[in-house]
Amino acid sequence: MKSKDRNYFKILRAGINTTYQDLGRNNLYHIGIPFSGAMDKRNFQLLNSLLQNDYNSPVIEFAYQGPHLKYFGKDIFFCISGNVSFKIITKEGVIDGNSYQCYLLKNGDEVDIHSTNKSVYGYFSINGTFGVDYYWGSCSINTQAQIGPNNGNKFSKDLEIEIIDINNSFNKRKLDYLGSTIENIRVIKGTNYDYFSESSQNKFFKESFKITKLSDRMGMRLEGPKIENIVDPNIKSEGLVKGVIQITSAGDPIIMLSDHGTIGGYPKIATVISADYDRLVQLTPGSNIKFKDVSLEDAETLYKLYQMETNNIISQIK
Amino acid sequence: MIKNILNLGDAALYCDFGSDVNQEINSNVIKYFYHIKKLNLKGITNLTPSYNKLIISYDLNIHSFLSLKKKIENIEIKENNKLEKNLIEIPVCCDNVFALDIERVENKLKLKSEIILEKFFSKNYFCYMTGFVAGMPFLGDLDQEMRLKRIETPRVKVPKGSVGITEQFCNIYSFETPGGWNILGNTPQNIFDSSNQSNPNLVNPGDTIKFYRITLDQYNEIKR
Repeated sequence: MKSKDRNYFKILRAGINTTYQDLGRNNLYHIGIPFSGAMDKRNFQLLNSLLQNDYNSPVIEFAYQGPHLKYFGKDIFFCISGNVSFKIITKEGVIDGNSYQCYLLKNGDEVDIHSTNKSVYGYFSINGTFGVDYYWGSCSINTQAQIGPNNGNKFSKDLEIEIIDINNSFNKRKLDYLGSTIENIRVIKGTNYDYFSESSQNKFFKESFKITKLSDRMGMRLEGPKIENIVDPNIKSEGLVKGVIQITSAGDPIIMLSDHGTIGGYPKIATVISADYDRLVQLTPGSNIKFKDVSLEDAETLYKLYQMETNNIISQIK
Repeated sequence: MIKNILNLGDAALYCDFGSDVNQEINSNVIKYFYHIKKLNLKGITNLTPSYNKLIISYDLNIHSFLSLKKKIENIEIKENNKLEKNLIEIPVCCDNVFALDIERVENKLKLKSEIILEKFFSKNYFCYMTGFVAGMPFLGDLDQEMRLKRIETPRVKVPKGSVGITEQFCNIYSFETPGGWNILGNTPQNIFDSSNQSNPNLVNPGDTIKFYRITLDQYNEIKR
């Protein structure tokens, strides 16, 4: 490709934990590779729907602060999902952008993604395709195992993001959506629930826990009443899944998130239901959460309702 | 047939093969793991074998717990299909720069370092499972007199290639990661190769490992 035909973004500021993500990779837990993929799947799905991309197209995920990008190439549209503040800098001036709305970028324009508001993750993409390599069917970057494009590392300043395809029949679209928050995180009791004293079991569901700063794509550490183990602080190491809440030897809960270690040896007190995962990961450090016990049957129904709600939101894209 | 299947959250089956850790139970787990993997069932998103459990993650849009449980429960493995077992030799250097916990191990086991290493290198080890981080093998079993607990305060960073022991097990740190095992040495060999997408792991469940000792010069030679 001749350089004048290239379409690409240059990263002026990388932001925090900025990576490519898609739906992630399956069937690799047994060798130690987790799902990865976009943390907030609903916002991932909304973004690709808004941009009329394939449902599993790569997007750029960032946490707290997004990248500052300068665009070079022919006209292109971009869109951002999540609760995000950003500015669009053009020759005509600077405007504040809105999430879930598509904007045109011309050669030399910039997008400066300041921050996510009262949430952790935001997503950026274009009406087209980023030039990414696939590892086990996914372009998701897993920085812990250094798997994915960019040698499995998060984005850094001066990196150039190639665009290999632009959808020319695209029409600008938007969605009025304010995001969805949650008060209680619903869980199903875990396989080691009876490792904990009755008073600790009660505390787990009655008192609130604070999300600590030691939270990332691998896990979320919580702080609150100590959960007392009356059997054994360790179990024989076994498989974990997204959303499992382990209790460490110190008595603190830690929730497994999308890049989690695939096996672990702490007892499992509960597992976050699939319907609440997207909203769980958006809770910022310092927030308090409470757990609510639901049955497996209810969790299955709640997931179906959550998916229906997502489809309903997508149908409102204009 | 898998008798004891519970749920782990709302999107995974928790197949319980027992509470003991031994090669017989683990071989049974691995047999079911390979068998179910080969069936390539639609909507199964992950299979995680461990010492005595097999966790089966599934897509909630395709399966519910009860329907999938029934399907998995009824799987019979008829023929005594033998596990494919490879013998893999792995070089380890136990020079002081790598043997981070040798003094602690000497004190806890009340054995001289040369005896500890002699015992360590005299056995073949069985791979029970791989995971936690990509490619990390969990191997066993160490002799009774070689068994000790993890270090009290886990290291924030265990160097890549470290070979550690705890309880009846040993492992190899395929990546730099936090960890609490007692480190006896380091291997220059790559344990996980993401460019080999069909078989990125050097060691797979069911394999046998033979460690052999190398000098620091040999280590540097292999690294180069």
